[in-house]
Amino acid sequence: MCAIDLDVVNEIVGQKGRTADHAIPILQEVQKRLRYVPREALARIADLTEMTESQLFGVATFYSQFRLEPVGDTIIKVCHGTACHVGGAKGLTEALENRLGVKSGETTADKKFTLTSVACVGCCSLAPVIMVADDRTYGRLDMKKAVSIVDGLEGVSSAESG
Amino acid sequence: MQSPAEQQRRSIVVGMSTCNIASGSQEVFDFCRSEIDSRGLDIRLGSSGCLGMCYSEPQVQIIDADGTRHLYERVQPKRMRQILEQHLIGGQPCEKWLARLDSGAAHDFCSKQRRIVLANCGRIDPESIDDYLAAEGYQALQQVLSTMSQEQVIDRVTASGLRGRGGAGFSTGLKWKFAYQENADEKYIICNADEGDPGAFMDRTLLESDPHAVLEGMAIGAFATGATQGYIYCRAEYPLAVARLQKAIVQAEERGYLGKNILGSGFDLSLRVKEGAGAFVCGEETALLASIEGQRGMPRIRPPFPAQSGLFGRPTTINNVETWANVPWIIRNGAAAFAAIGTDTSKGTKVFALAGKVKRGGLVEVPMGTTLLEVIHDIGGGTTNGRQVLAVQLGGPSGGCVPATALDTRIDYEEVSRTGAIMGSGGMVVLDDTSCMVDVARYFMDFVQNESCGKCTFCRVGTRRMLEILTRICAGQGRPEDLPLLEELAYKTKTTSLCGLGQTAPNPILTTLRYFRQSFREHIDEGRCQAGQCRDLCSFEISADCTGCHLCLVNCPVNAIDGEKQAKHEIRQEACIRCGVCRDICRFNAVVVGPPKGAVSG
Ligand SMILES: Cc1cc2nc3c(=O)[nH]c(=O)nc-3n(C[C@H](O)[C@H](O)[C@H](O)COP(=O)(O)O)c2cc1C
Ligand code: FES
Repeated sequence: MCAIDLDVVNEIVGQKGRTADHAIPILQEVQKRLRYVPREALARIADLTEMTESQLFGVATFYSQFRLEPVGDTIIKVCHGTACHVGGAKGLTEALENRLGVKSGETTADKKFTLTSVACVGCCSLAPVIMVADDRTYGRLDMKKAVSIVDGLEGVSSAESG
Repeated sequence: MQSPAEQQRRSIVVGMSTCNIASGSQEVFDFCRSEIDSRGLDIRLGSSGCLGMCYSEPQVQIIDADGTRHLYERVQPKRMRQILEQHLIGGQPCEKWLARLDSGAAHDFCSKQRRIVLANCGRIDPESIDDYLAAEGYQALQQVLSTMSQEQVIDRVTASGLRGRGGAGFSTGLKWKFAYQENADEKYIICNADEGDPGAFMDRTLLESDPHAVLEGMAIGAFATGATQGYIYCRAEYPLAVARLQKAIVQAEERGYLGKNILGSGFDLSLRVKEGAGAFVCGEETALLASIEGQRGMPRIRPPFPAQSGLFGRPTTINNVETWANVPWIIRNGAAAFAAIGTDTSKGTKVFALAGKVKRGGLVEVPMGTTLLEVIHDIGGGTTNGRQVLAVQLGGPSGGCVPATALDTRIDYEEVSRTGAIMGSGGMVVLDDTSCMVDVARYFMDFVQNESCGKCTFCRVGTRRMLEILTRICAGQGRPEDLPLLEELAYKTKTTSLCGLGQTAPNPILTTLRYFRQSFREHIDEGRCQAGQCRDLCSFEISADCTGCHLCLVNCPVNAIDGEKQAKHEIRQEACIRCGVCRDICRFNAVVVGPPKGAVSG
């Protein structure tokens, strides 16, 4: 993997501002652009703003949105909110773990998928629900349907890369 | 709700809320677009938010030239083609897919509801300020700015009896008064849209379906308290709500309902959206303030209350999304009209996110005083597959499970509290007899121990110990002394925690211990889970009621079911993973829970 391009950090800090109340928006934008928050980015933000690296690290580790490790191209989130839990979310996670060959929280060896869980995406009436790539939500699932959604994704991604 | 020129034009309005889109409405919308274009039809294509009837999404409304509305349910592109050809081109509504409001499911779902907050949801285009204006939008703000003093606004809201919808139920008027009485160079108002309760979606739907109502409420509150700056703190998991809010703010500024010198009154208000970053505790108001200031979201001791010293040390008024959305109605219709709805201590309506094992899940708004039974049975239609209601979970991690025997409880802050649960912000998850109450208690403990900010010892460590005990019980390693130990830890966590998270975290355990102690005993003493959820403590068997329909056999994810068509099937226990799919899917209730049969494979 090539070195991380930290110039975007300068750009983001320039847009958002240098005071402490911009810490979260800055980290959110960094994650949006780099897909995670590398330690080097925290150091760079600290250089450019009023915040120290330890303050930033504290914020980045407090909020579950921030990822300090790289992730796969597509993130698959299984909802484990109350409605999804009683609707069988555990089974969905297990089925997808088997399908992808990773545990929840891990990334596949080819770096294509990260499987994780989330505490409610706000579609509880369609439980159980999964969310793919932050913008596609699928509801009224069972294990087989969840696996077939992921099968569909793989078809798309292998066709694209091939 | 259309301009006169459009009155003649027929419209297709596609539901475009997150839940509708997840059900496939984007495909329907795209299909309509391409059909209208390719056939050159003179039909307006619009979008709306969520009507609350999530159980029958995607929904499409057809508005005839004379203004008559027709609601079509479960519309996929194929169905849409027929609606297009038969209804819009042929002039004959497709009766079989229409939601009828005189009888049937849609009628039952709607008839006991009273919509104040949700009145516009699904009926207007949330991205059009003109639609909102046509539905009496911003009239309340106009009235306030041109005819009322700050005190009069506060008095009206106080007299209405409106109490906070975010959970605690504090008088909104009183809260405003405290902030109003403070002298400061700057004051803030905040809309709490963090909606952390996993299993709730009232605020998401409202923001996606009628964002201007929340902005109007905030503008009125800002005027009353003297604030000129405000934030909407919205969960990051709600990208559509954030986008629509931002759009609404821009529109409101363009039309002079926000920004400088609002409606020529000299009153200024600038509103901004702040996205949360995934921490349940940030729904707590002091943690929320810390988060906006860019810190770790740790609650602090109150007093001082935010009304005295809030954001950046300035007087700050924080209310929930639904609370704000009630305000314009109260101003327009008067305090007495609002106070006429509800019970002695709980006025107006309450919105609930009805989900779980209920037939008609969705967003429901009922007058206070309605019973839980009416919501679950009459509006929700009972359980998904006609099983017994076991309990209903109210208030999420801070709430509790109300057992089936107490479903005559009325929706009222005090009456719900007496059950040990709380009114909460509106999460209502129905549990049937396939839900294990020990597992549900374990689930919530897992959630809160994860979300505890770690400041208070019992909230940090006590919740973890309770989780360990519950996990052991679910795995069949419970001990007789576990229950008193749980109660002791629960009590200590409740009494020694600084914020509401820790103070209420034991509620799910305490209510399940209170109403479902027998289930805990079965797990501990007999090593059995009758609900069939704790996999080490149960097995599944097929009873003589099996008709040999093959449904379970085809759907078993591990192919552990054998059997000829029309003959009783069998489950191979050594292959079974106890996922329960066969039981959920069986139409003859022929899959039953049996005693444990050795360890689960795989
Ligand atoms: C752990 C915790 C989480 C909370 N989450 C929310 C929330 O998601 N939304 C909300 O409006 N209030 C939440 N509250 C309540 C707020 O602290 C506060 O009481 C509320 O926003 C006040 O608004 P209201 O008076 O309009 O209800 C939470 C409280 C606690 C202790
Ligand atoms: S519980 Fe899964 S979407 Fe809310």
